[in-house]
Amino acid sequence: MWTLLQIELFKIFKRPRTYIAFVAIAAIVVLIQLALYLDGKTYVNFMLQSIERFNVEGKMLNGYFVCYFILQTLLIHVPLLIALVGGDMIAGEANMGTLRLLISKPINRSTLLISKFLASTIYTLLLLVWMAFLSLLISLMVFGAGDLMVFQSQVIIQIPGSDVFWRYIAAFGFAAIAMTTVAALSFFLSLFAENSIGPIVAAMSIVIVCTILTTMDLPLFLSMKPYLFTSHMLGWKGFFDIKASANGSAELGSIQNLPGILKSALILVVHIIFFVGATVFVFRKKDVLS
Amino acid sequence: MSAIIKVDNLSKQYHEVKAVNDISFTVNTGDIYGFLGQNGAGKSTTIRMLLTLIAPTAGSIELFGKNLHANRKEVLQQIGAVIEKPDLYKYLTGYENLSLFARMSGVKVTQKKLNEQLEQVGLTERANSKVRTYSQGMKQRLGIAIALIHDPKLIILDEPTNGLDPQGIADIRNLILHLSRHQGKTILVSSHLLHEIELIANRMLIIDKGKKIMEGTVAELVDPARTMVHLEVTNPQQVMAWLQNSRWSTCLQEQNNTVILLQMNKQQVPELTADLVKAGASIMALQPQNSLESYFLSLTTDNRHVDTFTN
Repeated sequence: MWTLLQIELFKIFKRPRTYIAFVAIAAIVVLIQLALYLDGKTYVNFMLQSIERFNVEGKMLNGYFVCYFILQTLLIHVPLLIALVGGDMIAGEANMGTLRLLISKPINRSTLLISKFLASTIYTLLLLVWMAFLSLLISLMVFGAGDLMVFQSQVIIQIPGSDVFWRYIAAFGFAAIAMTTVAALSFFLSLFAENSIGPIVAAMSIVIVCTILTTMDLPLFLSMKPYLFTSHMLGWKGFFDIKASANGSAELGSIQNLPGILKSALILVVHIIFFVGATVFVFRKKDVLS
Repeated sequence: MSAIIKVDNLSKQYHEVKAVNDISFTVNTGDIYGFLGQNGAGKSTTIRMLLTLIAPTAGSIELFGKNLHANRKEVLQQIGAVIEKPDLYKYLTGYENLSLFARMSGVKVTQKKLNEQLEQVGLTERANSKVRTYSQGMKQRLGIAIALIHDPKLIILDEPTNGLDPQGIADIRNLILHLSRHQGKTILVSSHLLHEIELIANRMLIIDKGKKIMEGTVAELVDPARTMVHLEVTNPQQVMAWLQNSRWSTCLQEQNNTVILLQMNKQQVPELTADLVKAGASIMALQPQNSLESYFLSLTTDNRHVDTFTN
């Protein structure tokens, strides 16, 4: 398994297309940071104008705020970048014709698939670490630290600066589970195609359709929501929903709905297990004709 | 001699189509076993079943005396294969491809061994070039290096000369003969180029439309009594007229411009030559073709791809 995993990682990181996602994330993050650096105060004032009698102490446009802004914008689009690699894992091999060579080697098919999935998961995690490095650490270096102001519908949540960093670590951890779900979905779809375009487009279509269903408050869709993985992918935001004490001040280290976050994470993990399990089940019996 | 491959009543059905229909054959230790058939005859499907790429609908496969599906890993460790065209990771170098597949074959292979293998197939100078820059012949040789790197007892080559130029074809042929004679490998080689198989194989199987037509040694399958004679003359009309009224009339097959085709026992060819000279035929060429090509064409029912077999 370890040898196979090494080989799969070697193949992933030898492909130029692997780095598209890293470059794309770097470009978007740097552009957002530059825009906020140059004109961030206007943006913050625009957001605060609807809120009367709200006095902000300290520097609101700090590294934590910039990171939250970036995550809110980017985490919706990262699944596309994940699907680029996940959707290529099996279909890409079939397209190149190397799948038949792999299967004719003395390797268990399940082991081969699991090592491929683990490799795409490691790629996903590295992409998130890269994103965390750019959006959190670089933002903190450029904009400095401070209290985090989070706008949630008509409420502003202020989290003390000393209570923010661990929340980001947890949020990135949750995002890793969410993105691995997308990787598992595209990996599963990759099984049924002989070129990687189909699974990538199909995975993205499913994510988009499910996201639309998640955001629509129609009665029929409401009953489906708890079962759609997209309903749980934004669960990372829950780590920034801090409890307020009786006098209205923030309770340090608290999370408003931790069971809800854990439930979402569990549902995503169940989806991952289902997609990977189904992939292994189908692939074990599949005739390799490519 | 012990059987390395023993296939019994093997079938593969896709919906209504029987790609392989009740085939049985045996490959013995040390054989160069030719597996012949037209495109779509079922050769690749059979080979894919031997390599566990696809599951048979019926029948059994024994390799090295063991049931393939019950001992898959153990059996595949002793097989090296090139399946159809050798598709490799184009973004990796030849050396990286070889190293990667060597590790997958479950044996520890040293750098020295990798370099020796590349040298054997003549790729030392291009070892560090990306495979996307390789010619078809170089890819084929790298594919063979990958098949050989773990020192397998059985080598399965599916259409190994496809897309190669004459020199490339000769190189592969020589390599196959070298592996058999000097390294004692058992080789199963499929092809639709019968001439190639005739030159290298000692035993062969002919299949058509998924069915086994004949299995045996090359010598057995080439019947001298059915030798095709290509006669080329400058005065074909006169010679044809003479042949039609001679004792050779029953041997006449067809005439195409200056070429007349006859079928006869090979031992009769000197007599025919003498008779033609006496009859005043102006002979440009007289060539007995005691090859598998004519034999194969006479066996298979669908000759639509005749151009393919005579290239």
